[in-house]
Amino acid sequence: MNRREFLKVAGLSLAGLTGWQTFNLLSGGAFAKSLPGVQNSVQKQWGMVVNMEACSRKAGCNDCIDACHRIHNVPDLNSPKDEVKWIWTASYDKVFAEQDHAFSNKGLKNRQIIVLCNHCENPPCVKVCPTKATWKREDGIVMMDYHRCIGCRYCMAACPYGARSFNWKNPRPFIKEINQDFPTRTTGVVEKCNFCEERLAKNLLPACVEACEEKALTFGDLNAADSELRRILNTKFSIQRKPHLGTQPKVYYTV
Amino acid sequence: MIEKALIGTRRYWKWIMLLLVVGIIGFIFYLQQLREGLGITGMSRDVSWGLYIANFTFLVGVAASAVIVIIPYYLHNHKEFGRITILGEFLAVSAVIMSILFIFVDLGQPARVFNIILYPSPTSLLFWDMVVLTIYLMLNLLAGWYTLDAEHKKEPVPSWVKPLIILSIPWAISIHTVTAFIYSGLGARPFWLTALLAPRFLASAFASGPALLILLCLTIKKVTRFDPGKDAIQKVSQIVTYAMCINVFFLLVELFTAFYGGIPEHRAPFLYLLFGLEKSITLVPWMWVSIVLSCISLIFLIIPEIRRKENLLTTACIMVFISIWLEKGLGLVIPGFVPSPLNQIFEYRPTLPEVLITLGIYAVGFLVLTILFKVTTTVKEEASN
Amino acid sequence: MYNAGKVITGIIIFLIIVLSPFWYNGLTGKTAYVPLLKVPDTAKQCVESTQYMKENHMELLNSWKETAVRQGKKTYTAKDGKTYGINLTGTCIKCHANKEEFCDKCHNYAGVKSYCWDCHNYPKTGAWEQKTAGSRK
Repeated sequence: MNRREFLKVAGLSLAGLTGWQTFNLLSGGAFAKSLPGVQNSVQKQWGMVVNMEACSRKAGCNDCIDACHRIHNVPDLNSPKDEVKWIWTASYDKVFAEQDHAFSNKGLKNRQIIVLCNHCENPPCVKVCPTKATWKREDGIVMMDYHRCIGCRYCMAACPYGARSFNWKNPRPFIKEINQDFPTRTTGVVEKCNFCEERLAKNLLPACVEACEEKALTFGDLNAADSELRRILNTKFSIQRKPHLGTQPKVYYTV
Repeated sequence: MIEKALIGTRRYWKWIMLLLVVGIIGFIFYLQQLREGLGITGMSRDVSWGLYIANFTFLVGVAASAVIVIIPYYLHNHKEFGRITILGEFLAVSAVIMSILFIFVDLGQPARVFNIILYPSPTSLLFWDMVVLTIYLMLNLLAGWYTLDAEHKKEPVPSWVKPLIILSIPWAISIHTVTAFIYSGLGARPFWLTALLAPRFLASAFASGPALLILLCLTIKKVTRFDPGKDAIQKVSQIVTYAMCINVFFLLVELFTAFYGGIPEHRAPFLYLLFGLEKSITLVPWMWVSIVLSCISLIFLIIPEIRRKENLLTTACIMVFISIWLEKGLGLVIPGFVPSPLNQIFEYRPTLPEVLITLGIYAVGFLVLTILFKVTTTVKEEASN
Repeated sequence: MYNAGKVITGIIIFLIIVLSPFWYNGLTGKTAYVPLLKVPDTAKQCVESTQYMKENHMELLNSWKETAVRQGKKTYTAKDGKTYGINLTGTCIKCHANKEEFCDKCHNYAGVKSYCWDCHNYPKTGAWEQKTAGSRK
């Protein structure tokens, strides 16, 4: 084959490749998805509403936290420096600092509020990840791929909610009883709440929601107008954490 | 040409040995970090970046500052800079190597570092930083080496080198802009969320990098027979003066907006930095040292009579370097995390292993720098004979 | 060649030293060793044929990881049409419960380190305890 022939063949195969990509994109990809009826109606968008009043009824209750951390093998490092947490509590004046004021209701001020990953509509953590180890699924869950995370912790700097934890040391010795059905994490990766993606796949509610005896947590599809979640958001006054940042959290709080 | 680094005085070899020892100590502690995790550092869930990222940021600035000797020589034909352009480029090379090492030791899973290339993510500034830093390293290494090689062989510089040098000018601006964008695009961190960050980074870079270059030139003058030239050093010191003035001005501008504007979440990290919050004052003494040093150095630099005296200029440059290292290193990174997104205050203090790993990286960087400078000065000595 | 004698001797000494692990294993007869894996008797076949699994288990596991974690699809349809849950602990380890006698034996032999078990769980004591040592052929 002389050079001329080689260039012809190379050119043609290159054109073929790009053409095929374009075809794929138009047929199977974005084009088909935009057609009504091709995919099953509207994609689910998971969200959660926290009833802050119901949540505070039982003083010192940690049922949701315990359930989540037990199921997901979240270690108990017992040190604020190294700790890992998926769902935890902080006082109202810290969580909603911009809402709190000098004369706000004392009970509310010190009330412990449940906080977790907000599974933002515009997640800043996803934007900054240099390996796509964290990304937003079509159902809105912000997922982590622990296989791919390089542990640069850019996502932790980018998260306005402090929802992410890093494994500063091997977590395994700090897990009281390992749940065999869920992997642990390894040293050097970032982790966070996954909205119980593994349970949703089995048509189960998130562990925290299920564990709450006061029914303070309601989970559901934000795109389903008839869902309990939407009914609550429609009838009650609800707030989000730091809405001014434009992240559009999908965890809502009712007073 | 590299063989010139193999022949040196006793003092040269002592210095090399010292750097090797410090580098090896750092490496041993890095192995401990690999085994046990980043938990051996002072970083925490709240303050998740520390000394490593601080030094990374600072050194990208030093690397970018090579342009201040490139621009006058190649764009404005100021001949006196000709003696030090290669030194500037090689300083950039070693600074980039150090910044890349600092990113690397900061990774929790360093074995997976190539995921950045395997899964390129154009929305991530860290991805772009890797791209621009690698290319900048190549540009400076090629430009510096082949310019020197031509001088060595007494030949004209190859024609392809000049375009690389010209390209390295906007590229230097880009590396530091991208590094600033890593921070200044994060809504979560009010301390960093300022459009002034990139200009501030450039101003502090053009003060600290050239200050270091002056110190290196004066050292070279002492320990070798090559004289970088009084004119060149004086011109660079003027640039340091201007850049330092702009840097201090930018800092004051930031303080005005934070304190006069008075938005609590914007003001809190500045309060923490300068006065401490809730009795947490770890950073405060360091910041005031930085402020005092920058004020004194400005006096030294602005008065021409002082600036022209080499020993006083040395003092001024040391002060500029330390002041900016504090301000742009820990003084930039830590207040981004304090108070935390949940308004908690968790203090950061680097641990001994962390400090030794940091020193180890500096030793590696200075080893590269020493070798490159040794080759350069030997070639220059021979050329002038 | 300049200094031919020294250069060639040098190369030979270099090769002897560099290849010493091979000499050692060859002389001590270790090259004949083949790890014999204990396969479970709970099922006749793995998700794919034994040959396929031997050659491609790493690609299969990698694509399982991609589909389960990144695409959220939790089932795998094998070539013979059977479906399996994509779950390292739930599907693979359910049969291959003795990791030491299955995964490790071959991986140690081949000198290939896998990081699966840094996160994924396996029962500390296998469902079947009897241990069969790798045999020499």
